Amino acid sequence: MSILIDKNTRLIVQGITGRDGGFHTSKMKAYGTNVVGGTSPGKGGENVEGIPVFNTVREAVIETEANTSVIFVPAPFAKDAMMEAADAGVKLIVCITEGVPTLDVVEAYRYINLKGAKLIGPNCPGLISPDKSSVGIMPTVIFKQGSTGVISRSGTLTYEVVYNLTTKGLGQSTAVGVGGDPIVGLYYQELLEMFQNDPETDSIALIGEIGGDAEERAAKYISEHVTKPVAVFIAGQQAPPGKQMGHAGAIISSGLGTAAEKIAAFEAVGVPVAKEPSQIPELLKSRL
Amino acid sequence: MKIHEYQARELLASYGLPVDKAYICRNVEDAVRAYQELDVPLVVVKAQVHTGGRGKAGGVKLAKDEIELRQHVANILWMDIKGFIVDRVLIGKAVSIASEYYVSYVIDRKSKSTVLMLSREGGMDIEEVARNTPEKIHKIAIDPLVGVPDYLAREAAFKLFDDIKLVRETATIFQKLYKLFVDTDASLAEINPLVLTDEGRIKAIDAKITFDDNALYRHPKIAALFEPTEEEKKEQNAKSKGFSYVHLGGEIGCMVNGAGLAMATMDMIKLYGGEPANFLDIGGSSNPTKVIEAMKLLLSDKNVKVVLINIFGGITRCDDVARGLLEAFSQIKTNIPIVIRLTGTNEKEGRALLEGTKFHLAETMGEAGKKAVELAK
Repeated sequence: MSILIDKNTRLIVQGITGRDGGFHTSKMKAYGTNVVGGTSPGKGGENVEGIPVFNTVREAVIETEANTSVIFVPAPFAKDAMMEAADAGVKLIVCITEGVPTLDVVEAYRYINLKGAKLIGPNCPGLISPDKSSVGIMPTVIFKQGSTGVISRSGTLTYEVVYNLTTKGLGQSTAVGVGGDPIVGLYYQELLEMFQNDPETDSIALIGEIGGDAEERAAKYISEHVTKPVAVFIAGQQAPPGKQMGHAGAIISSGLGTAAEKIAAFEAVGVPVAKEPSQIPELLKSRL
Repeated sequence: MKIHEYQARELLASYGLPVDKAYICRNVEDAVRAYQELDVPLVVVKAQVHTGGRGKAGGVKLAKDEIELRQHVANILWMDIKGFIVDRVLIGKAVSIASEYYVSYVIDRKSKSTVLMLSREGGMDIEEVARNTPEKIHKIAIDPLVGVPDYLAREAAFKLFDDIKLVRETATIFQKLYKLFVDTDASLAEINPLVLTDEGRIKAIDAKITFDDNALYRHPKIAALFEPTEEEKKEQNAKSKGFSYVHLGGEIGCMVNGAGLAMATMDMIKLYGGEPANFLDIGGSSNPTKVIEAMKLLLSDKNVKVVLINIFGGITRCDDVARGLLEAFSQIKTNIPIVIRLTGTNEKEGRALLEGTKFHLAETMGEAGKKAVELAK
């Protein structure tokens, strides 16, 4: 098993005719992801690499029975795309787009919840269940099927950690990039719960960074609900206060959200924190 | 993005919120004219800078006559408050305050919504109130699909006032402030303090509004109010080239693809006893033009003694990255040692291309960090 996506995933790509949408569609398809369709208003009836393009998500869902959507549309249109997917009955919506206004995400997130769907992102690399399905832009070659669940706020740092896991013999059940914005969909708590309940996941790597207090809440959640080994890395110990470190959500504001506080929160509940990303595999192995 | 208090007050006034008229002055004579226009016994002089703690720094003073006004304005203008130089002051009528309250709308990560924050402990540093007496702060999450209906605004206002007349008046203020927050894509809209005057009137005395950078594209009038510091200008210039850059002041310049990995690289330099010069995320791809621009940016920092390039080749293969680096460095003249750490897809091919060049190669992040720190010494 894995979480969120697997061989039953039927994916549509919103913005399939765009440059990024097209490029990553072919990558996902080549990996074996079941890409059943795409949307691009006004281009219905065309096809991209043999994948049918529809004008609306509703039409795409009716025709293809898609249950998952990945969004590559530009930021000003991302809210609309997320809401369109939710309204059409898509159950898992993954928004890759970077730079979406926060209040747009707040509104879309609320609507997606009302419709009983789940959101990942925006500003995220997506997720992958190795050898089953890849939804997003992660470099599939570094992943290997296995039993470690990965949750991360970052892109390349996730790859760094996964690369270390893979080369040290720890494959992954599912790896999820939750996104670097202040407000995103699924986060630590929901994903920790899913990994805890997933029989094929035996350990969890959590990659956090400065900004907000989600890591502190995750630490509390782990201490109360997670029995599987967890190892953590927190990026941004050297980040100066008040400065956004690339990700919109990576900012220490009013002295809150520092790496030191987050590390202390995990250590206080006995969750080991790696000093550098390469230590994560050994921290997990020693506890398995 | 931040704006000044006087700009925030103008915005509040344009949404019908109760703000007294005030003048913005850049010299003493302007201030004297404003004082005469106001024609009130007591005025307040307030420094306009993009930072808090103005009162404690001596940037806010009351003046009861023209002599005092001249003194205060002369003292406050060109004052340095936490590195910000005061080049304008606000002159307004001093209000006799019966009680002070705190009101703000802010984006709340936990509830993933806008939250209305209220407290009867107004006029103070709200973070201090939150730390010491969290029970005195009320938080109400706003449903973005509903907004702030009358009942909710009233319920919120009862947290501050018992008198129904004041409750109704304040409820309207909450609704107008929410409209402003949403209309302008604010990330914080704060009135601190909102006061009840001795005459029984409700007024916004000080305001702070910050905006979501991601939404500025749809608010050109607000974007035009941006007053970058020298550092922010450099950051903005980097942004226009597709980079995220933050200056830190150390000796080891960093060039990394991806924000998380860039932060982790800074941390690792520190872990091995060095000081990172900057945070620099050059984004997903790493084509030669980007590398050249990034190197120019790093070398413009005269403190930089070593450059550490940490690239994770994901979709972009390491051999392509290596070719790009070679091409870029054939055009850059520098004697500064360069440490390159290249990992990911096709890493062996990538590293082979760089063997025998002047670059210091490393396989792991740790190795690269150690090498860079050594070379900086």
